[in-house]
Amino acid sequence: MLTVQNLEVCYGAISALRDVSFTIEAGRIITLIGGNGAGKTTTLRTISGLLRAKRGSISFKGEDITKLPPHQIVARGLCHVPEGRMVFSNLTVDENLAMGAYLLSDKAKIAATRDYVFSIFPRLKERLTQAAGTLSGGEQQMLAIGRALMGEPKLLMLDEPSLGIAPKLISTIFEKIVEINKSHGITILLVEQNANLALEVSHDAYVLETGVVVMKGPSAELRANPELKAAYLGG
Amino acid sequence: MSEFLQQLLNGLSLGAIYALIALGYTMVYGVLRFINFAHSDVFMVGAFIGYYIGQKVPQNTIGGGLVVLLGAMLGCALLGMLIERLCYRPLRGAATLNVLITAIGVSLLLEYSGQVFFGATPRTFPSVFPSTNFAFGDLVISSNQVVVIVVTALLMVGLQLIVYRTKIGTAMRAVSLNPKAAQLVGVNNDVVISFTFGLGSALAGAGGILYALNYPSIDPLMGVMPGLKAFVAAVLGGIGNIPGAALGGLLLGTVETFVNGSQWSTYKDAIAFAILIIILLFRPAGLLGKVSVEKV
Repeated sequence: MLTVQNLEVCYGAISALRDVSFTIEAGRIITLIGGNGAGKTTTLRTISGLLRAKRGSISFKGEDITKLPPHQIVARGLCHVPEGRMVFSNLTVDENLAMGAYLLSDKAKIAATRDYVFSIFPRLKERLTQAAGTLSGGEQQMLAIGRALMGEPKLLMLDEPSLGIAPKLISTIFEKIVEINKSHGITILLVEQNANLALEVSHDAYVLETGVVVMKGPSAELRANPELKAAYLGG
Repeated sequence: MSEFLQQLLNGLSLGAIYALIALGYTMVYGVLRFINFAHSDVFMVGAFIGYYIGQKVPQNTIGGGLVVLLGAMLGCALLGMLIERLCYRPLRGAATLNVLITAIGVSLLLEYSGQVFFGATPRTFPSVFPSTNFAFGDLVISSNQVVVIVVTALLMVGLQLIVYRTKIGTAMRAVSLNPKAAQLVGVNNDVVISFTFGLGSALAGAGGILYALNYPSIDPLMGVMPGLKAFVAAVLGGIGNIPGAALGGLLLGTVETFVNGSQWSTYKDAIAFAILIIILLFRPAGLLGKVSVEKV
């Protein structure tokens, strides 16, 4: 579904990604793990068009999207839940969800997707008229995911959904991520610093280190890998 | 008492014009975080478009007046979008200071091209709307003041509906809050920014006509002072805040008119800016603005 080949991305003179390649098959949950500065967020931002690749290519459903602007990438069904959630703080929950469906016009379909979002995150329905900025961190994360789902993604990219969220809510959110994948067959690309959690919910994993993929394989195998254990999983 | 009401009325109709111009400053600041100094000259071009259309329409009629008003709004909307496309879009992602300097350049370009094309000599704006005075006891309301207040009120309601009830308006607010997140839900930020310039410039065009109706001597530098005052009004209300710009404009116009009618009339402009300084000392984010930390 998504193929990233030899991606190289620079911030000025500093290269953030040196050579990143990976593929995602439809229906899977893939995770990118790695420490701070490994290039996980940069990878997602480049896929969604916020950053430009210096070299390499990205193709989605067989089409080269390397040079497309973000709004055209969203239109193809590739939605990105950014790091730090980035909900529209002064807009209500309702308006945030409506913005998620910005490119869609079929009202009946939008309403159906909204119901689906509410079935996953009932909390959002209770908070409809509230400004998004007044929600708790966990609720904002639910809204950010809900907003992306409103765009009817084929592939959903999640950047650090556990960041800054009460531990109690983290497991809820990860359960929902699995549910979204199972019930709607939405392919998921998950970026996480919490490697344990990420490997637990995903099918396959790639390990990034300073802009290079250093390890890859089925998540269950990587969890048992002693090298990885020592580096990321706390022994 | 009637003296007070009279001044209040005069003040509100002047303030309404400041408010219309201030809205353009504040909306553009909202989406691009810079002050479009060329905005005051779009206001001037609006008056000149009105001047030329005004030669062709029947004088002293509501219909003729509306044609002039809509023509100026449309012309200014196109001009604003053109300025954004040619001068500001190539600088997207550049430092704010670069864009700010460009804006000053565009402002000078419009002012002095205006002198080339329209001439530096002031011209008399035609009386396009019916002009009579209505007297209520001692209180005198000119029909042009009525036009100013009615048109401003309608435009503000319209703007409110666009910003809070339409998809593009919601997108404007979204881009203003978080441009990256807006892109990630599929908003083409360039389209929204262009729309914002068009909308703000149309209001400036309307402001130009309303100003010229009440102060019918127009010249290519006429935008400088009202533009500066409107900028003050926008900052006063809280830059980036739409109701704030409207409030700031009305407040500034009213204060200026009262000072003008007092023994300190010579200092009316000084007082306008003194108010700005004092309010900003106590409320740095403006009257309705929220103190926000610039995100890095």
